[in-house]
Amino acid sequence: MAENLKTENIISTRNLVYKKSSILTDNVMHYCPGCGHGTAHRLIAEVIEEMDIQAETIGITPVGCAVLMYNYLDIDMQEAAHGRAPALATAVKRLMPDKYVFTYQGDGDLAAIGTAETIHACNRGEDFTIFFINNGIYGMTGGQMAPTTIPNMKSSTSPYGRDVEMMGNPLKITELVAQLPGTYYVTRQAVHTAGAVRRAKKAIRKAFENQSLKKGLSLVEIVSNCNSGWKMEPVEANRWMEENMFQYYPPGDIKVDGKILST
Amino acid sequence: MKELKLMKGNEAIAEAAIRAGADAYFGYPITPQSEVLEYLMAERPHERTGMIVLQAESEIAAINMVYGGAACGRKVMTSSSSPGISLKQEGLSYIAGSELPCLVVNVVRGGPGLGTIQPAQSDYFQAVKGGGHGDYRLIVLAPASVQEMADFVDLGFELAFRYRNPAMILTDGALGQMMEKVWLKEPKPRMTEYPEWATTGKTPDRERNIITSLELDSGRQEKFNLKLQAKYREMEEKEVRYETIECEDAEYLLVAYGTSARICQKSVQVARENGIKVGLLRPMTLFPFPKKILREMAPKLKGILSVEMSTGQMVEDVMLAVNGLVEVEHYGRMGGIIPAPDEIVSVLEEKFIKQNYYG
Ligand SMILES: Cc1ncc(C[n+]2csc(CCOP(=O)(O)OP(=O)(O)O)c2C)c(N)n1
Repeated sequence: MAENLKTENIISTRNLVYKKSSILTDNVMHYCPGCGHGTAHRLIAEVIEEMDIQAETIGITPVGCAVLMYNYLDIDMQEAAHGRAPALATAVKRLMPDKYVFTYQGDGDLAAIGTAETIHACNRGEDFTIFFINNGIYGMTGGQMAPTTIPNMKSSTSPYGRDVEMMGNPLKITELVAQLPGTYYVTRQAVHTAGAVRRAKKAIRKAFENQSLKKGLSLVEIVSNCNSGWKMEPVEANRWMEENMFQYYPPGDIKVDGKILST
Repeated sequence: MKELKLMKGNEAIAEAAIRAGADAYFGYPITPQSEVLEYLMAERPHERTGMIVLQAESEIAAINMVYGGAACGRKVMTSSSSPGISLKQEGLSYIAGSELPCLVVNVVRGGPGLGTIQPAQSDYFQAVKGGGHGDYRLIVLAPASVQEMADFVDLGFELAFRYRNPAMILTDGALGQMMEKVWLKEPKPRMTEYPEWATTGKTPDRERNIITSLELDSGRQEKFNLKLQAKYREMEEKEVRYETIECEDAEYLLVAYGTSARICQKSVQVARENGIKVGLLRPMTLFPFPKKILREMAPKLKGILSVEMSTGQMVEDVMLAVNGLVEVEHYGRMGGIIPAPDEIVSVLEEKFIKQNYYG
């Protein structure tokens, strides 16, 4: 018995419950502590490792906080101009139809400056995956209002809260693209709790697997926090996200296997 | 097989692209170049060579599709006309900043704004000085015939890959729409092997490939800028292309490219019939610009007239090249108007010769 409790016996492959994905590099992530980007990166890395598709995967990074994603994933990557990742991915996937291609985009990138590229790639039914990180704010440029900033939410360009009369309504682009015939799988997830992480990972895997079906585009939205931009402590930011963001952006599947789920 | 055909300039570009072994074309319709996309769609290049042709939702999307395809090491291209080329500038800057090869065709129409659908040469500055943000250059080829429209597609791809830099064919609505005989080259097969920097999937035998134009460290960014500049100097050294017509005994020189050069060729003939010794220098590359030959010719000349379908853009490069050694004047027509040969001769007489008689 005592023999078995020695450290070297405990730290053995048999007892391994978690390890860093081989697809993640050793570079230290630049994200703010508490930010969801790092978790989302990890899940994508784990799925690529588990599916054993490192040599078949090409990722496109956005302009936004995740611009440097190529420093963290050990796969071939391209860095797009702000909002244009779906255009790059369209070409990559059409030129190499057997590869796994994904874009990773923030809400400003995907739903403001890149709206046209997003909608048309979805509508053409391009067989790649979009990972959409919705933190309701422009994180990288210092917390300005995003197309997904919810009503009355404060940002540096809506310092008194988003006034929808004056600034317009938040854009539910995920619900919008679910309506398009070219999308095959559209889901909204989160990564702020263990349960949410497990569900998000399943969604990411399904989105990747869908690519070999050639039935259209898969989009996984991840509602995430931006504690720096929201000016909150990480724990408070997650609570605020559940209480406010989830009202506007409820997590769950929206379209599965080409069929919109009735709510 | 080599083939002789009667074709529009725009069609010749499209056919030459298929024969050059292009992997993809992405475009958006705009007059006077829509025939490029139309011809490609009608030809079903996917069946002929496997080439992909896609009508994008905008010129912005098209150039960014080119960016994605080029990053995979593929031969990719787009074409447009002036307003559409303006929309592509951010993408071109990224492509140059990521050191990717691609081919862009600008079938120029008059501007500014929506302007006219008639031919012009008013996008010269945009083409040769960079066009988008940041210090970069495009390799700029200026065809003057339907034959060159076709030939420069292959040349453009070749130079783009040699220097890992975007190349542009700068032409105009007249050359795009005009029909001429054209010898089409034997088709080249599409590439089966791609450059080592291409994002084709990270295999265990190599490090991951990253295509980016981002550099947050100032020192490294400056180093990269200098590297680009060295590449442009090498192009100036090795890739200048031009044609000289009747220059041996010339006292006056016309400098013109593309459609203007065709007219000027006739002007040379008219002027010589009137006893004026005129020659023509026709740049075939606008970047790199034939500076050296101009400088060499300058001391022997009494005057240079830059003839352009613009308010005077290339004339600045001519002036820089001769650096005061000889008087340089400009003559241009705008709005889609192509100058007539004798009109150019009278301007030449007006600006240089009459003045000399009286002065
Ligand atoms: C053409 C262009 N316009 C604006 C910018 C500045 N810019 C960089 S990131 C960004 C917004 C990023 O927000 P988001 O996409 O929501 O991603 P996040 O940083 O929140 O992850 C903006 C406006 C730019 N780089 N390029």
